[in-house]
Amino acid sequence: MAKVLVVTSGKGGVGKTTSTAALGAALAQTGQNVVVVDFDVGLRNLDLVMGAERRVVFDLINVIQGDAKLSQALIRDKRIETLSILPASQTRDKDALTAEGVAKVMQELREKFDWVICDSPAGIERGAQLAMYHADYAVVVTNPEVSSVRDSDRIIGMLDSTTERAKAGGKIEKYLLLTRYDPARAARGEMLRIEDVLEILSIPLLGIIPESEEVLRASNLGAPVTISSPDSPPARAYAEAARRLEGEKLEVTVPTERKGLFARLFKGRG
Amino acid sequence: MPDELRPPPKIRARGRSFLALVLSPEPALADWLLGLDAQIARSSTFFAGKPVILDLSLLDAGTEGLAGLYPALRERGIRIIGIEGGDPSWPACAQWDWPAGFMGGRASGAVEIPEDTATATAPEAPRGSSMILEQPIRSGQTIMNPDGDIIIVGSVASGAEVTAGGSIHVYGPLRGRAIAGMNGQPDARIFAHSMQAELAAIDGYYITAEEIDPRYVQQPAQIILSNDTLVVQPLVPPTFAGRKT
Repeated sequence: MAKVLVVTSGKGGVGKTTSTAALGAALAQTGQNVVVVDFDVGLRNLDLVMGAERRVVFDLINVIQGDAKLSQALIRDKRIETLSILPASQTRDKDALTAEGVAKVMQELREKFDWVICDSPAGIERGAQLAMYHADYAVVVTNPEVSSVRDSDRIIGMLDSTTERAKAGGKIEKYLLLTRYDPARAARGEMLRIEDVLEILSIPLLGIIPESEEVLRASNLGAPVTISSPDSPPARAYAEAARRLEGEKLEVTVPTERKGLFARLFKGRG
Repeated sequence: MPDELRPPPKIRARGRSFLALVLSPEPALADWLLGLDAQIARSSTFFAGKPVILDLSLLDAGTEGLAGLYPALRERGIRIIGIEGGDPSWPACAQWDWPAGFMGGRASGAVEIPEDTATATAPEAPRGSSMILEQPIRSGQTIMNPDGDIIIVGSVASGAEVTAGGSIHVYGPLRGRAIAGMNGQPDARIFAHSMQAELAAIDGYYITAEEIDPRYVQQPAQIILSNDTLVVQPLVPPTFAGRKT
């Protein structure tokens, strides 16, 4: 049975698209059949982060409007063969997304894949609503800042009230993904503490992704960070988050740079 | 200020007039409906969105097929806003959803029903006027000129889409999508000062960025359709044979 996961946040710029690509690639690397779907119609980016922008012919809107078949719009990743992307349209706006059209496409995707990961647009309007509507799971991407936490709280409320599952009396499984976490700034007290964020949002923690140059470099290279530098701290954090999504029980840590030679030689005074 | 002291908001209304069509069916109704169908076939959109008043004065309570007249008109997409010349108490009209009538109204003469001519003679591929644009075309913008060429003095960004019935000329980097010959013109071409198109299409045949030979990327180039295949060619300045440099 396919699992539909929405990556959402309310606030823009917190790392939804980066997280969608990294989690999608990490899940696909474990052999699962994964599709990442860009719901950000009009401001599409997922194709760039996935490095598929030069192969886009048809998009989600073409499929919804019946101009193309789903198989024509899906782009298979060149690095991981179990990973595909369904791009959004850049020239339309979110009004082109219809509830019936999205429902039909999601049904077809459920039949083809193990994981359907929907990259939600920022905001709480139509595009974000449609991206979350069919989800079984939600990853709420949050930065350790008050504005991001408040927006995430709003989104969690919507996940519990306006989605298909919620309307049927069920519940979406929601997980918190804390991104752009900077241990140095946290130590100086310049960021919200992890405990405070968890206390406010009160949903289980899926992972903590450290702020890293690697993430930026990966986006510009057009490769999810879990593919471009799998040993980097953010990639390891995403890979562990993906394993938790598959049900593994792993303790959440803040991954840091692996210790160099000196650190290993001098473990500290005994 | 207590609520009861506040004046109620003023409601504004504006006037707008529409021309309602008055249809007067004649017996035998079956024949009249056949005539109506023939008219709709010749002018498919004539009744679309137009208010219609049904005038029953040429009929009476016993006219054959009267009961089915109202549903038959609704079925054809005719929007009836009023019925006159009849009586809701006629038994045949008992099932009708008799609309509340309108008062007043001024008669205006017979309305000529236009005939669709487009289907009779297919338009000869129109080579209309060119469209010239001198600003950069941004991501998400769509530019369309179904009748002729599009000439852009500037750049076309990734995520922009330019669609022309004729050819597309870009005097700058073409980084978006270029769709030429959209109405079935295989001789249309795509020219770019710096070819970096995400997707190029002529007469329905397309290539993506990956299929463009890297030698021609970021170079002046044209794309033509040859034997149902898009061919990218460098735009080189003419060389003069025999001329010494």
